Amino acid sequence: MLENRVIPCLQLLGTNLVKTVKFGKYGYIGDPMNTCRIFNELEVDEMVLLDIRATVSHKTPDFKLLERLASECFMPLAYGGGIRSADDARRLFCIGFEKVIINSALFDNIELVSQIAEIYGAQSIIASVDVRKDLFGKYKVYSNSGQKKEKVELFDWLQCLESAGVGEILLTNILTEGTWKGFDLELVKSVSERLSVPLVVHGGAGRKEDVENAVNIGGASAVGLGNMVVYQQKDMGVLVNYHHNYSFQHK
Amino acid sequence: MITIIDSGLGNLGSIQNMLKRIGEDSIISSNPEIIQEAAKIILPGVGKFDAGIMGLKERNLIPVLNRKVLDEQTPILGICLGMQLFMNGSDEGKEEGLRWINGYVHKFPSAVGIKIPHMGWNSVHIQATNPLTEELPLPAKFYFVHSYYVSAEENDIFLTTQYGIAFVSGIHHKNIYGVQFHPEKSHKYGMKLLNNFAKLRV
Repeated sequence: MLENRVIPCLQLLGTNLVKTVKFGKYGYIGDPMNTCRIFNELEVDEMVLLDIRATVSHKTPDFKLLERLASECFMPLAYGGGIRSADDARRLFCIGFEKVIINSALFDNIELVSQIAEIYGAQSIIASVDVRKDLFGKYKVYSNSGQKKEKVELFDWLQCLESAGVGEILLTNILTEGTWKGFDLELVKSVSERLSVPLVVHGGAGRKEDVENAVNIGGASAVGLGNMVVYQQKDMGVLVNYHHNYSFQHK
Repeated sequence: MITIIDSGLGNLGSIQNMLKRIGEDSIISSNPEIIQEAAKIILPGVGKFDAGIMGLKERNLIPVLNRKVLDEQTPILGICLGMQLFMNGSDEGKEEGLRWINGYVHKFPSAVGIKIPHMGWNSVHIQATNPLTEELPLPAKFYFVHSYYVSAEENDIFLTTQYGIAFVSGIHHKNIYGVQFHPEKSHKYGMKLLNNFAKLRV
């Protein structure tokens, strides 16, 4: 039976780990090496590392740091932030990552997907889609760490990404990210129903039920966690933790 | 010492990282002369079938691999696409496979609720024991990422996995081993399996 994945999504800011709220203010979490070591010990299903400033500060991925992190992790690893070319992807695969996460670069060059997929396969590319609900209750698509609103319609964009050949979609809801408030299950459901590739939902999980609902009601394949795996509880201190006790209904 | 074949594809760094963790020396090479000296071989691979075969052809690795695997019976472990290359051919491409193991690579049938690629942790069922299954923590689960799977003869199957259909997740024929999942990304389960391969007596 294929298990639904629960994936710590860690945010890199320079060489530190942080945790943002709604893509804005952030708290300091700690040293990425130590944190990754702990997640490795906890046998997490998979891990996502996101450099939240690389794109907006026109930086390439910090390959040196990422190589050190990958050497401590015996689980699937994905990285996003500042990836602009197939060569960036190649370097990440060489140092031990199996997936690259791309958002902003795809708006300039959707061909990047096929350039990477042709060599490394569709499963190696996660398209990250950041969405934010507008005043009329409609979800808009954002790039550049939530700073740039794109003109494309959400469902058109998802279809475009699938046709381009991405292997997975990482959907982050900007207004719930870091809030402990849970996912917008209507959004999750409407997206998962339209996708034939796996959907990872991220941004908002605060309780065990939120994680279970995203899968059992929303139809997500996997759930990305931030607050829940780096804080003890809401309004409490940093505690790197991870649980395997979710009840997912297998379909 | 394990020689990891570099055919231009695949996550070589992570395999070497795990071997290092279990205290096994390894080298990554695409040089036929170095590969000729290998005591054990791992053939990794991520990506498309034809790209995998072309990667071996362009580096002129097929003759040395045939010699090592078929004539000298050097133990070899194929991982993911690496294992698929052992077969006769694939739905995914036009190139002929290495033909070391009789069988073929098929695309997963699409079905309701079955997303392709098959991606994530799934359990394996041991159909036949061999040195690689020794002391594997049970129930054993591994990390999979693939859209194609192999079919092989009954006697060559040692692991199967359920995903819409039951498919072959591990093959074994004499000195040839192949797994569809990524042991290098499967925590203690993968570490045990790779350790078992590393400890195989030559």
